[in-house]
Formats: sequence, structure tokens, C-alpha cells
Amino acid sequence: MSLESHELEELKSKIGREPTSTELQIVAAEWSEHCSYKSSKKHLKMLPMDGPLVIKEKGYDSGVLDVGDGYVITAHIESHNHPSAVEPYGGAATGVGGVIRDILSAGTRPIALLDGLRFGDIEKDQHAKWLFKNAVTGIADYGNCLGIPTVGGEVEFDECYTNYAMVDVAAIGFGKKENLIKNHAKKGDLVVLLGGATGRDGIGGSQFASDSLESEDRSAVQIPDPFIEKLIIEAILEARNEKLIHAMKDLGGGGLSCAVSETADSLDIGIEMDVDKVHTRESDMHSDEIMISESQERMLIVTDSEKLIKLQDICKKFRIDCSVIGHVTFDNKMHVKKSGKTIANISTDIVANATLLDLPSKKPIYLENIENTKSFPLLSDYSEVMLILLASPNIASKIWVYSQYDHEVGIRTVIKPGYDASVLRLDNGKFLSIKIDGNPKQCYINPREGAIGCFEEACRNVVCTGAKPIGMLDHLQFGNPKDPEIFWTFLESLKGLTDFAKDFDIPCIGGKVSLYNETPKGSIKPTPVIGVLGLIDKTPLRIQKINSGDCLIMIGNTKDELGGSEYSEYIHKFIGGKCPVVDFSDSKKNMNAVLEIIKTELIKSAHDCSKGGLAIAISELCMTNLIGCTVSLENIPGDKLDNDKILFSESHSRYLVTFEKKNIQNLEELLKKHNVTFKIIGEFGGESIQFTTDSKPLIDLSVDKAQKTWLNSLKEMVMHA
Amino acid sequence: MNVGVVVFPGSNCDRDMFHVLSDVFNLNTHYCWHAKPLPENLDAVVLPGGFSYGDRLRAGVIAAHSPIIQDIKKISEKGIPILGVCNGFQILVESGLLPGVLLKNDSLNFMCEWTNLTVENNKTPFTNQFELNQKIPIPIANGEGRYFVDDETLDQLERKNQIVFKYDQVVNGSSNQIAGVCNDDGNIVGMMPHPERAVESEINPHDNKPSSLIFESLLKKMGVNN
Repeated sequence: MSLESHELEELKSKIGREPTSTELQIVAAEWSEHCSYKSSKKHLKMLPMDGPLVIKEKGYDSGVLDVGDGYVITAHIESHNHPSAVEPYGGAATGVGGVIRDILSAGTRPIALLDGLRFGDIEKDQHAKWLFKNAVTGIADYGNCLGIPTVGGEVEFDECYTNYAMVDVAAIGFGKKENLIKNHAKKGDLVVLLGGATGRDGIGGSQFASDSLESEDRSAVQIPDPFIEKLIIEAILEARNEKLIHAMKDLGGGGLSCAVSETADSLDIGIEMDVDKVHTRESDMHSDEIMISESQERMLIVTDSEKLIKLQDICKKFRIDCSVIGHVTFDNKMHVKKSGKTIANISTDIVANATLLDLPSKKPIYLENIENTKSFPLLSDYSEVMLILLASPNIASKIWVYSQYDHEVGIRTVIKPGYDASVLRLDNGKFLSIKIDGNPKQCYINPREGAIGCFEEACRNVVCTGAKPIGMLDHLQFGNPKDPEIFWTFLESLKGLTDFAKDFDIPCIGGKVSLYNETPKGSIKPTPVIGVLGLIDKTPLRIQKINSGDCLIMIGNTKDELGGSEYSEYIHKFIGGKCPVVDFSDSKKNMNAVLEIIKTELIKSAHDCSKGGLAIAISELCMTNLIGCTVSLENIPGDKLDNDKILFSESHSRYLVTFEKKNIQNLEELLKKHNVTFKIIGEFGGESIQFTTDSKPLIDLSVDKAQKTWLNSLKEMVMHA
Repeated sequence: MNVGVVVFPGSNCDRDMFHVLSDVFNLNTHYCWHAKPLPENLDAVVLPGGFSYGDRLRAGVIAAHSPIIQDIKKISEKGIPILGVCNGFQILVESGLLPGVLLKNDSLNFMCEWTNLTVENNKTPFTNQFELNQKIPIPIANGEGRYFVDDETLDQLERKNQIVFKYDQVVNGSSNQIAGVCNDDGNIVGMMPHPERAVESEINPHDNKPSSLIFESLLKKMGVNN
């Protein structure tokens, strides 16, 4: 956990002398991959980050979107993979805490959380089960206590995460545009550290996260305290209302080192501080420990001496500590003292800007033959296959998870977890739709198309609620970037996301790169997780109950794309095949068509077709409405394919739309106008989910049995060893 | 009519409750910070949900020792209607203003889901607009929501008509499926489910009218025409 020898030489030549021990610690934290993005930063610039709604300010960790009427949305995504793999409860909880403070830093109130969780095979692996259970409890205990609803997310299990944990948390903030903190500093301004005391937890956390997970370094994991976080949120928002904050940054990876150097660098100022002024949890902490501790629930605030008095009053009210640790200078240096003696004095520009790398990349050998298609043997009973899939951990209902999260607090949650995307009402009468999606199985087979697929899936999900995508968050999670084959997969995913974002005019408003995700058995599969935010100007689609006689339309083509599907991997244990590819032109047409039919109020619900394919998507409609459905496979739009490909292929850009029969003509006319591929594929009624071919049933499954299996399977897996 | 919403450090449904009282039911609503004396002009007081003091030790137990609780006791003796929701209910129980205790749910997990209540007592200031046995679809969100009393107290609660709401099925293992109770005088009501999350149709996927009656009952009691 220190600088590499060439980096040490670079530092020496930049400052023209031997660095002090404190300087070494500060720079090592700040030049870590986690803080500096040194491997990825050069390439991230390819993503489109501007758009008519995007608001940019200095020193923000979250993205800001203008949603009209003087209001803004802020959004950010982070992960806490390494800590969660060692200590899932605290790792996941502090992951929530960190991203919330990024939202708070902009001066907005956090209003929603989403989390993406990934673990090894919980059916076989007790350790994976332990990680999963505790990560869920960690998120629940933290988010619930703060009163920030966890409104959505995803859970996935794959052997590539054995002995590891992926915990991604996205946070959404909301506020008035005029209340955004316009980060600035004047000479003589004071630098204040507010919140929890600095302790010995999370020492070297950012370097820990920037290396392969070899030792279980528990001291590098931070300890959560949601109660203090809640007090900080309320105190900061009160201080914001009183306009007491000139600039603000949360303390995350790299602790004080990072917050002080980055604040100074972004504001083009210097900061002089004294470690003795920092309120600490233990009396004998070394100054280097104070500078790099990643203790949670701390905020750095720049204010002036007059406003400080009011700020101190607010802190007193909430009984949180607040220490003046230094002041603003104009020499662009980060000057750290202890008892009046200088222990570090170094240009913030040097600290905050590690030399960026241009790592070599090379197409992985494993990809040479992986997309070869393979036909699977015919199975004797596809109803049984359906039941097995409905009970499988990746497809089974995640109600056991989201019912432990308070998803109603804040009284904004219009569409609740369990549907395609979650919808929150905003104070200006508009609605925000949000979803995060990842698909490492497809990204492994084809890093570019897999990543685009995640992006399109998240778009489809928000479109199903009637929202137009207005912004994207990307979280790029890969293994060791120094392996050229892994770096190639990173670049391919990034290029794919960039192409889609540009073509669809969806700006990337925030994101994170997490590298060195290595398990004892090797690197994780490429795991980009994409969040999409959509805006609904009027009303979201009010999902109506499906009744007997209602009809089902399918929009979009089903293709020979079983690669990376749950059917292929879970039923046939086969990794490979053709990865689903998004056709940009069809994708756009289908999205626009669905948005328009939602606006016309001709439909009851719209559902995205993804994991598990068409068979699972239709079953989900039946199970949530407790009604049967009969679908003839000959009617499914697309090329003539084997039955299993029609049922389980996870082709993109497909939507299932339910409606009352009387609207058939109007709907057809509208869809024809949009020139999309569609067909009426079935009708609801009865008590079984039926798929027929040549008028003979291929699948005939009782809705009741399917629903019970689907709802209870995950809980049973977790509760029973 | 003036309603106070008591705010403790860690309360997190205070803003939701404030919104419902002031924007949906047009009441003069005031936040009452726990460290300050309770204003004297209040006609009703609501203790909202949340995690006061982070639910440390036990839900509600630290807040129950806050100075404002003495003020609440005093005004409750005058018959002023007091409603505790979720953590507010836990605080009322911990401070001895309501009987019983709230234990961890028998699932041992936090539970956020929609439940159905049955109105068992329609004489309180928060239920006088209900029919007896009327159903209320309403969400719960708690980890320590299992209401428990010993058999003797349960007997007494039944005799004195102090059981206000019951779940219409087993939700968390609470005694007799109790979801809400009142004091002997009937002016203090505590309930685990969240009426403030159910009164607006936009966020209520079932029926928002029954939950609204909880607040309309209060208006009726105060003689306010809404």
C-alpha cells in the first residue's frame, strides 16, 4: 500500500526533494486508482457528458440535471466491492453512506437509493449466502435509518464472484436550482471538518480498493453510523438554507488527503491545515493516520468566520462535532501542520492529478471462439424447465430483498420496486423514473454488445413507465487493468456505451470506475452497471390490473441470441453463443412507439422482455396479475427459430404491452405509424401459463404454482442452509 | 387548528407527516424540536416515524426520555389528541403513555409492505369517521413492530376497548394481531402502519380513502370543516 518505485521517483522530481512521510501517505492515497482514475481517465473522456439539461459546477461528485420549474435532480453511483467482500454488513452500509454524501455535497437532499448486488452461487456456496444476507442487512439498516427509500436495484449470482461481493449503490438527490452549492472560496475563508470523529477505521481504504483482494485487511473497512449521517444531512441542509456554505466536499476514499487536495485543486486555492485540530476518536492517532483515515460521516466545508458562528449553532443543535482545521491560502499548496510544525507542503496540483496511464490492450484469447452458436438438445418437459428457471436465484422474485428496504419513506414512490423501473414524484408535478441494469454474462461473451445491452435494458425499463431517458450513470467494474486482455474488455464496453449514448443523445452525468476486482480464482466477468434516469412530464403509466379477455402485443424481434442467457447458462451450463445485439434504429423506433402508446392511455401496462426471455417476461405478467395467458409461438415476431430460442432468447428492444381488446384497432394504427415490428401474440384468461406450437401446448403451467415458486424461492434459499 | 409534529434527532417521517397535515388536510402544522418546550397553543400532536437516536438500545427508548415527553404527558392529560406512528408509537409505549411493548418482528427482518387493517375501535379522535371493522389498506415499515402484551393486559385492553387497529392476518407475530392501541381515555393513539404514506392516491396503489379517514376523524373531533 504505497507508491510504486517509478511513482516515488516522479514525485521526487516534481517536488525537487525527498517527500516527508506524511506527504508520501497523502500522495499514495490520492494517486491510487480509486482516487485518481489513472488507468481509465484518458478514455472516459469519450463519453458524451453535455446536454441541454446538464448543469455543471466546479468540484461536484454527482451529476446535475435540470428538471424544470427551478428544480434539479442530482445523481451518482459508487461501489464498495472490496470492503463488502471482507465485511459485507459494514462494507455495504458505508457504500450507501458514501454516495449519499456525494448527493448532499451539491446541496441537494437525497431522495432515493438503488443498489446492484452480485455474489457467487448461493445455491452451492455458503459463503456467498453469508455475504448476500449481510450486505442486504447492511443496506437496509443504513438506508432505512436515514429515511431515504431504496426504490430499486438488481441482484445477481454468478460463479465469477465466488469469494467476492459487488455492491453498487446509486443515489438520487432533489432540490432547488438556486440552492445548489456554487463551490468557491475567498482568501481567509476557514476550512471546517464536520461530522463523525476521525478514527483508525478505513486506513488506506482507497489503496486497499485499488489492489487485488489478497488479505482480509479489516482495518481498511469503514465502520457505519447511519444516525450521525442522518444528523449531518439535516445539519448541512439547514446550513445550506442559511447560505453558510461556500464550498463543500464529502470525505470518502483517501479521507482528508483527498478532500483537501481536491477541493483546493478544483477551486484553484491552497489550504493550510493542522492535524491537531481534527476531532479524533482516539487520542494517540499519528498524523499520517489522521490524513488518510476513511472514517465515515464526515464533510469538509469552506466558510467564513462570520458564517462559522451560525454553522456552529446548527451543529450544536444536532450535537455533531465541527472543527475548524485550517484556512484558505492562495499559494495552491496543501500545507499540513502538526503543533505548528510543517509535516507536508506540496502543490495541490501534484497531489490531485496523478500521471494518467495509457495501458496496453489486447483482445482476449477466450473471445476467439466464444460466440459460436450451439443448438441445445430438445428437453422433454418445458413446463418443468420454466419452473426451474422461475426458482433460479437470478430470475426468482427479489421481494425478500426489497421488502427489507423502506421504499415508501419520503412519500414519493409512485411505482414501487418489483416493476420495470421505479417512479418518484417530484415537487414540480413531474416524475422521475430510474433503473440500474447489469449483465455480466452477456458482457463476458461480448463486452461491447453486452454493455450496450445493459444500457438499452435500463432505457427500456424507464420507457415502460412512460419516461424519456434524460441521463445515464455508468459504473465500470473490471479486473486488473494491467492485464491487457482485461483492459481491452474495459475499452470495448466503454466504446459501446459511448456509441449508444451519442446516438440516443443520453448524456453520461456521472459514474465510477472500479478496477482490480479480482477473486482467488481470477478476474470477475466484465460488470458494467448502467443507471438510466427518465423524466415524465405529465403522468406515469398507471399500471392497471390485467383481466380475462385482455390482449398482449409484442413489439420487437426475437432473434437467435441465446448467448449469456439464463436458459443457456442455468439449464444447459453452457457459457457462450451469440450475444444479443442492439439494433440502434429498431431500438429507437420501439422506444418512441412505446412512449407514444403510453401517452395515449390505450394500454394497461408495458413490460420489458429481458432476463429469462419472453417465457419469463410473460410469466411475470401472469404471476403479478394472478391470471393465465395463452401464447402461440408462431405469432412471435422475428425469424423462424427453434422453440427454445423463441422462449428464452434475451434479444433486446422487445416490449410486452397489455391492453383491453376494444383498443386493438387504435393501437395497431399507432404502432403501424411508428413502423415497428409487432404482433398480437396472446390473450389473458384461465389459470395457466400456456405456450403453444402448432396448436399443441409446449408449456402448460399453473399460475398459482408458478407464482408461489417464483415468490418464495430466494427466501427459502437464504433461510435454509 | 394547530397541530404539532414532534421532531427528534433521527425522526425521518416528520416531513411526510407535515406535508399530509398541511398540504392535504390544510392544517396549521408546526415542527416541534424535541429540545424545545412544546408550544402551548397546540390542538393535537403527532409523533412521526423514523429512527430517533438511531434506534439505539431499543426503538424509541432514548427519545422517551427527552424533555418534550413531559410536555406531551401534560397536554395529554387535558384530553388533547395525540397520535404516534411507527417510531412515534414506540416512543409512546416506551414513555409509558401507552401500554405494551414493541419487539422485533418474528421474521427478525425489517418489513416494508402493504397490509390490511381492521378498525376495532371507532371512538377515538383518529377513528371516529370509520365504520367498526372497516378495512384500511396501509403500508408498514419497521423492524421492531411486533406489539406484545401479557395475557392480563390483553384482557384489560379488550375490556376497555383500547385495541384500535388489528391486522387482518398474521403480519409480524404481534399479540392478537394488534397494529394500534389507545390509552384508557382514548385520546392517545399509537399505530405501527403509516397513514401518511397512504392518503394520497398517487402513491397508494390500493385505496387512499380509508387512510384519509384517520385525519378526517381528527378534523371532525376538532370541529374543522375541511
